[in-house]
Amino acid sequence: MPSVPTMQLHPDLPALLEKVHAIGRNVVAPHANEVDRDARFPRESFDALKAEKLLSSYIPSELGGMGLSISDQSKICEALAHYCASTAMIYAMHQIQVACIVHHTMHNEFFRAYMREVVDKQYLIASATTELGIGGDVRSSLCAVNVEGDTFTLDKQAPVISYAASADAILVTCRQSPEAGKNDQSVVLVRKENLTLEEISGWDTMGFRGTCSNGYSLRSRGDARQVFPGPYADIHRKTQQPYSHIVWSSLWLGLAQSAMNNARASVRAEARKNPGTLPPSALRLAELDAVLFSMRAGVQQCVADYHQRLLSNDEEAFSDFGFNLRVSNLKIRSSELVIEVVSKAMMICGIASYRNDSKLSLNRQLRDAYGAALMVNNDRILGQSSAIQIMQKGD
Amino acid sequence: MYADQIREIVAKHARLSTDVTALTNDSDLYAAGLTSLTTVNLMLAIEEQFDIEFPDHMLGRKTFGSIQALCEAVEELVA
Repeated sequence: MPSVPTMQLHPDLPALLEKVHAIGRNVVAPHANEVDRDARFPRESFDALKAEKLLSSYIPSELGGMGLSISDQSKICEALAHYCASTAMIYAMHQIQVACIVHHTMHNEFFRAYMREVVDKQYLIASATTELGIGGDVRSSLCAVNVEGDTFTLDKQAPVISYAASADAILVTCRQSPEAGKNDQSVVLVRKENLTLEEISGWDTMGFRGTCSNGYSLRSRGDARQVFPGPYADIHRKTQQPYSHIVWSSLWLGLAQSAMNNARASVRAEARKNPGTLPPSALRLAELDAVLFSMRAGVQQCVADYHQRLLSNDEEAFSDFGFNLRVSNLKIRSSELVIEVVSKAMMICGIASYRNDSKLSLNRQLRDAYGAALMVNNDRILGQSSAIQIMQKGD
Repeated sequence: MYADQIREIVAKHARLSTDVTALTNDSDLYAAGLTSLTTVNLMLAIEEQFDIEFPDHMLGRKTFGSIQALCEAVEELVA
């Protein structure tokens, strides 16, 4: 067995996290309720994040980015989720797209130039993976990219494209040619300028309302070099799947922690009223902290494992079934624990958290928490894991 | 030395989208349609046939990626 990896963070991360928390307190939090109520894009949050060049934080420093790692991104997603889970989710989804570009096109001149452009212009990048007629299986496509000479055309019926209307580009999965099988996929970088989006469904949900994940009929064209150099299968295995589950779990952790903070504030206020007596809710608080502890441990273990695999420069490191299982377990457990933590925090805070007009309200957090198990449904992930479970010997 | 037996097992259990006779020993079985579910069938059949167990550290696409890779794995485990 390899030794247990530990998290390695960028030396500038503590200073950067202070900035993120300042943006969170001063910009993100004040607009969070409005973003949620109106189901609108958190533009103030993203103006502030762009001003700090955070949208290119994962791009290597040789191309002008900050050169942050997955460990650093995990911390940033967690921090943002304290203030607005929709903002954190959009930031996380954008970083997944950036990671697809960074991990898979570093040797490609066109994409290197594009990464410099992302740094310069602070582009926000969205993703169109699911497709009408396919269900939620992102490893199958009906639509195909059609390359003729040095241009491509690509049309897709996408039931969900988060923050599409505010994005500068969209990564679109598709069959790699009109003749290719449904699993023989490519990814294409589509620019806003060469794209038309016709809305086919809205986004009126319980939670994560600010992600504006409407459905669209997408039509695009562009330079043939915008088609990623390798097959999507490799990108999915090495980046899309592990990176998504890690950054999502990280932000669910931040969401859970914010509910825990409300619970602490409530117990502290209670204790202040009766000095010398420990309020009964303090016991519940201790119990809740233990749940949060195991949630955090799962995130940290997976982050460290994935980070080490990325540093190893070994493409085979991502096809290890045990690693796939652990990442799936992380998504499943984190998405369940976030509901548990927010619910228990409500029991501790009492009616104050149930009210909408209270500083301790957990209305938004509770609704957001319930989305976690449903986005990339846990049952789908369990289905994939169950096949691998039969193979594992447990040595 | 196990290539023929493994080829037979692949034909019977891997449910590939490509005809197994069209594959060389080096052909990528995942490109030929092997999935996580059919990998399980393939592994169970090979374990049964050769009376071996694949340890967890060998469970990856590298091991199941081609007939040649499977031969090498079986040779290692039978020894």
